[in-house]
Amino acid sequence: MSLKTSTREVNGVTILDCSGRITLGEGSVVLRDSIREQIAGGKKKILLNLGDVTYIDSSGIGELVSAYTAVRKEQGDLKLLNLTKKVHDLLQITKLYTVFDVKDDEATAIAAYAK
Amino acid sequence: MATMGNRVAYTLDSTLDSVNKVEQTAEQLAAKLGFSDDDLHKITMSVREAAVNAVLHGNAYDPDKKIVVAYESGPQGLRVTITDQGKGLDSQRLPDPLSEENLLKTSGRGIFLIRAFMDEVKIRDLHPGTEITLVKHMSAPQADAKET
Repeated sequence: MSLKTSTREVNGVTILDCSGRITLGEGSVVLRDSIREQIAGGKKKILLNLGDVTYIDSSGIGELVSAYTAVRKEQGDLKLLNLTKKVHDLLQITKLYTVFDVKDDEATAIAAYAK
Repeated sequence: MATMGNRVAYTLDSTLDSVNKVEQTAEQLAAKLGFSDDDLHKITMSVREAAVNAVLHGNAYDPDKKIVVAYESGPQGLRVTITDQGKGLDSQRLPDPLSEENLLKTSGRGIFLIRAFMDEVKIRDLHPGTEITLVKHMSAPQADAKET
């Protein structure tokens, strides 16, 4: 199953709900295009909900990093929400857990943008 | 290197479709051997990363170049060997993805993850081409991967 994304807005925060696999090829491209679309639309507070992401490879990790740097370049803020254990472990092992702002709860994540 | 049991090998095109097939076959064999869910994930991800390296970085999607994938499975565990026909890989000179200057790089984590997830990893430069062998034992030691 490749990646599917849908977008919603809560209190000025754009939430990108992702489901499926973020891997080299289609999955990475879908994520890249979704992020680019939000940036092009002037969205600067982006919350990536990865709760239904079942699998991510090193290319997918690279895509998350790319999304993070692209949003930061526009003085925006990208946070991650609802990591599965597998994705959490991958971010730990690659030390990216220290880079990303990771939240377990949507309300807390949205509140964190206001600070 | 002693055999691990049943051996099957495939020659595949340098495509993403091949990467998916290589990963699926590894997953099926590992599941059949009774690896835990956690190990299944480590195996499938490592095999996928190795196949991506062979297809993308090795053969550069060249339709004239093939990858050869051999699976050996038995009570001791699973061994997967992937060979490409690319220009080769100097495994000793790969940048450290954990160093500060590389943390925000968008690539360069594949071999690192393979070494973290598998029990044995062997990379051979074939001049030209690269062969990578990945082993996961049924009762895996807790230590990190050992390169031989």
